[in-house]
Order: sequence, then C-alpha cells, then structure tokens
Amino acid sequence: MAEVILEDVVKAYSKTEVIHGISTTIADGEFIVIVGPSGCGKSTVLRMIAGLEKITGGIIRIDGQVVNKLEPKDRDIAMVFQNYALYPHMTVFNNMAYGLKLRKFGKDEIKQRVDQAAQLLQLEGLLDRKPRQLSGGQRQRVAMGRCIVREPKVFLFDEPLSNLDAKLRVQMRLELRKLHERLKVTSIYVTHDQVEAMTLGDRLIVINEGAAEQIGSPLELYEKPGTKFVAGFIGSPAMNFMDAHISRDGQWALMQGDIRLALANGGVPRFGGQQVIIGIRPEHFKIIVKGPQSMLLTVDHTEILGADTTVYGRFADTPGLITIRLPDIHHFKSETILPLSVAQAKIHIFDRETGARI
Amino acid sequence: MVENRPLTNFCSHAVLIFAIAIIAFPIWITFVAASHDAVRMTQTPLPLLPGDQFFINLKDTFTQGVGNAREQSVGLMLMNSLIMAMMIAVGKIIISLLSAFAIVYFRFPFRMGFFWMIFVTLMLPVEVRILPTFEVVANLGMLNNYWGLSIPLIASATATFMFRQVFLTVPDELLEAARIDGAGPMRFFKDILIPVSRTNIAALFVILFIYGWNQYLWPLLITTDKNMYTIVMGIKQMLEAAEESPEWHLIMMTTLLAMLPPIVVVVGMQKLFIKGLTETEK
Ligand SMILES: Nc1ncnc2c1ncn2[C@@H]1O[C@H](COP(=O)(O)OP(=O)(O)O)[C@@H](O)[C@H]1O
Ligand SMILES: [Mg+2]
Repeated sequence: MAEVILEDVVKAYSKTEVIHGISTTIADGEFIVIVGPSGCGKSTVLRMIAGLEKITGGIIRIDGQVVNKLEPKDRDIAMVFQNYALYPHMTVFNNMAYGLKLRKFGKDEIKQRVDQAAQLLQLEGLLDRKPRQLSGGQRQRVAMGRCIVREPKVFLFDEPLSNLDAKLRVQMRLELRKLHERLKVTSIYVTHDQVEAMTLGDRLIVINEGAAEQIGSPLELYEKPGTKFVAGFIGSPAMNFMDAHISRDGQWALMQGDIRLALANGGVPRFGGQQVIIGIRPEHFKIIVKGPQSMLLTVDHTEILGADTTVYGRFADTPGLITIRLPDIHHFKSETILPLSVAQAKIHIFDRETGARI
Repeated sequence: MVENRPLTNFCSHAVLIFAIAIIAFPIWITFVAASHDAVRMTQTPLPLLPGDQFFINLKDTFTQGVGNAREQSVGLMLMNSLIMAMMIAVGKIIISLLSAFAIVYFRFPFRMGFFWMIFVTLMLPVEVRILPTFEVVANLGMLNNYWGLSIPLIASATATFMFRQVFLTVPDELLEAARIDGAGPMRFFKDILIPVSRTNIAALFVILFIYGWNQYLWPLLITTDKNMYTIVMGIKQMLEAAEESPEWHLIMMTTLLAMLPPIVVVVGMQKLFIKGLTETEK
C-alpha cells in the first residue's frame, strides 16, 4: 500500500504531446478512477505509472520513491488489462503463480497465496483449467487473482470490465468495490464509462485531450462540475446546455424565448451583461402549475424506461433538443406543452469562451 | 458453404479418388517391386500385385547392401540422413526463432536493415551459392562430417519470416503482463513466446525435416567418405550399376525405407501441424 504522486507528468510521442502535465496525489488505500472519452490519454497515464511507457517529463512517485527510471517489475505494481492478457498456455494456477515464481517465492508460499486468492475470487474449482476454457467473467477474475497474489503496493486497471456484457459488468463492478474494501490497496482504475467511474471511485480524475479537467469525489463532480466538459461528461442523460446572457445586475440569466431564470446566492454581479452558457441536468427539471416563471417545453418525443421517463423537447426557439428526466411513467403526446421550473441551486453557469464554471 | 447434392457429392469424391490414385499408384508399384525377387523384376510385364519376397528383400537390403552402393550399409545411410535432417530442422528453428525474436521485440540500430538482409537471402538458396559455400566449408575442415552436411543449410529466411509473422500476432499485453510479473526478455521468450508458438514450431519442423531429408546436391558435393553418404544419394548410386542390371527389388525396398521417416514425422505431428497452419488465435 502506498501513496502515488504525479508531478506535472508529460508524455510525448516523438513530437506530439498527448499528456500535457498532470499533477495529483493519490492517497494510500484510495480507489481513484481516471475517466474521459476514448483517446484522451487515460491509458497513457496509467501505463506511465506502470512503467510500460517512458515518462517524457515530470515525476512519478510511488510510496515516496521516484520511479521514473524503474522497470515495471521493480515498481511493485500489478495491472489488469482490458483483454486480461492471461498466458494462454498456462493453467489458472500457473497464471497466478508465474509472478511469484519469478520472484523466487517458495512452493508452499505460492500455493498458499494462490489458494487464498482463488477462494477470495471464487476460482477454487478452476485452478487446473486453461484460460480458453473460462468464461469472460472468470478470466477477469483470474486477471485479478494474478494481481492479488503479488500483494503489490498499487493496483492498476485499464478498462477491465469493458469486454464483459452489461449484466456481468454491473456484478463485477460490485465485486471490485467489495474487494477494494477488503484489501485496501491503492487502486488506479481507467474507464471511459462515467457510470463505472461514479460507482467505483473514491475520487475521479476527469481527463480531456491529455489534461486533467477536474479532480474530485463523484458527488463534487456531479454537483459542482468545474468546466462545461466535466458537466457534460458526468451524469446520464447528459446535462442540457443553453446559451444565455446575464442581466446587468447579475441576478438573472436571460435566454431566448423570454425565459428568465433567477440565480441563487445573490447571483453573479461580477459577470453582469456577459454571454454565458447555462447548464441544467435533465433530472432537475420539475413540472409545475403554469405561472409567470415557468419555462414552457414543447414535447418532441418521449422514451419510457419504466422507472423514469425521458422527455425530449424544445423551449420556444432554442436550437437542439432539451432532455428532461421525470420519475415514473408519463405519456405525453408530441407538441404537448409542459410548464417547468428548476431550483436555483441546480443551475450551472459556464463561461462561453473558456468553459470554466462561473 | 455446405451443399449436399448427390451429383456434387459424387463428382467431388470422384476427383478426390482420382487424385489419390495418381499419388498412390507409384507408391504401390514401389511396394510391389519390393516384394518380388530379382528374376521376376527383369521380366515383362512388370507385376502389379505383391509377391512373397518382401521380408527376404528387407533382410537382404540391410545385410548385403545394394548394387553399386554395396559397400555402404543402408542402415548407416538412413542414420546419416536422419541426423542431417534433424540437425537442419532443429538448427533452422532455433536460429530463426532467435532472429525473429530479436527483430520483433528489440529496437536496435539498423533493425530493418538486418531484417531485409535476412530477407534477401531468400534469393540465395544453396544451389546458387554452392561454390563459395563449399569453399568455406572445406576451409573450415567440415567436409565429410555432420556439421558440414547441415550448417550451410541452416540459415533460413523463410522460417525467420514466418516466426516474425507469428510473433507479430502475439498481443503486446502478453509481453507487458510478463514484464510486470518480472520476466526479462529471455524469460519471456522461453516461458511465453515459445509455448505460445508451439503449433507453428511443429508445423515448421515437419516442413523443414522433409526439406533436410530430401537434400541431394549438397551432400553429394561435400561427402567423399562412404560412411557419410545419405540415403537419397545412396539410392541414386544404386541405380548406376555398371555391368549388371539394377537390382530393382532391393532398390525399391530402400526407397520404401527412405519414405518411412518423413511419413512418421508427418503422421506423428499431424495434429499440431494442422493447428499450426490454421490456428489464428493466440
Ligand atoms: N504508441 C503511440 N504512438 C503515438 N501516439 C500514441 C501511441 N499510443 C497512444 N497514442 C495517442 O495518444 C493518445 C492517447 O491514447 P490512449 O492513452 O490510449 O487513450 P485512451 O484514453 O483511449 O486510453 C491518442 O490520441 C493516441 O492516438
Ligand atoms: Mg485506453
């Protein structure tokens, strides 16, 4: 178990820089999730921590030691790959034992550790099988087992669940979380799936185009997204964005179609008169009795999911569809007009130029 | 596409049987000839059904020697061929595994240069470079021994190229997992790469063993000592009877014997061989 520290870590492939200086401290025993769209550089960051990619600039420390120049095997880390990377010709037992054998552990010690891990992961009956005789979920567990037996300081995961079907993914997610609570090993987990990130992570690092957009707990990211990118990335269905400008006194956000939203906490007087982007999550709209303050949504179509209903529609002449999520089942005909309101505290304002939160 | 129409069935079977007959007929004639005595083999028409001399011929072949090659024992020649073919096949596999490993997994200066150098040797089979190669082997004092017989045939661009392709299909993650587990390059080679390429190695072994077994020109050139003759050379010499007519019954027996080791290798490794040629998943 150990603290992992990244100080201004940069990665460039020949001339193109793909990671532009990421700094963070991952606490001992923390489960941190690196999340971002595909191609943003998540794997690259993880592989630099693992030692599989050279670090172009900056410093990575594991347990106080600078590891920039260390081979992967000397960093005391273990990694689970997206395609599991099990040794196809070895039995499950040998797959798990291989790292220990190379580290010159005694036979008894190896057997004891593998058995223990097998029990923890419910692999006891499968130790003599080859990887190709296992289901996806079982292979996943073997890959986990290979990490656990080594008792490393840090676990690294690169999209370990993305090759599983949806149901198994949910189940394995829960198992991973439980496992972490038992073992308390510092874990760094890469995924592009924000649901996985929100449910697994103690903290999330949201990466966009090689830079960390925001680092924080899942709730922090949900309630106070630092940038428009994070706001749009975290939460499903995604947040609605609308162009608006702030009234001169900073108390109101004015949108097309004469919609006026009162702003919370005395508004944003410093930004009076500025062009901004308003963000509202689909689940924060409420249907109200029609009044002077209500926003009128013209329904385009609905998707009824059972537990809740997603309504797509337009405010007056705003471009694009607005998404609204209402609990329970609702049948709205197209062109129905819904009067809506939003709690002041749930309105997010972003700078139109920089995307930063106001 | 699986069709099951009587006419198609009939035609495809007819074609297959015809092709098998074409291949099997000479072998059958060889077998028939090996089972008659010398006298019967000089009379026409030649027999089409086996005679009763098979085991006598078998004994004679080993004990007397045959025709012009009477001084060399058939058993020794078979042994020589076997040793040469094994050395060539095993040597080629070891050399090309190592060179493919270097080319695929290491970034050294002029890597592609070396690759193309190996590749270009494809255009230089033994027959083309036979004189300089002979010179080198003679100067190294390797005439008339197993090293001289096999080493010049070992360098192999084909096998290197094939293993390169095989290694390229091994997922990078396997190497990375092994590195994290603590395996150095040679460990990875031995513990993971070779077992993973097992079927390809077997397939190549079959092909290379037969290649080595069938060598004629090179052994002919560098062996003057009768104790180093190979079976393929021996058969040729048996035919060159000066006064008497060739002893067909014994020559054909020797031929049958010469066919045996390649057949054993093919049949023995058939399963791996087919897997190696068809399997794509690593
Ligand atoms: N070996 C490489 N050479 C050049 N560019 C690379 C290499 N590996 C990754 N990249 C680039 O780095 C960026 C980040 O890749 P990666 O970390 O794999 O993204 P992801 O977030 O999907 O895991 C991508 O734009 C990719 O094209
Ligand atoms: Mg990735």
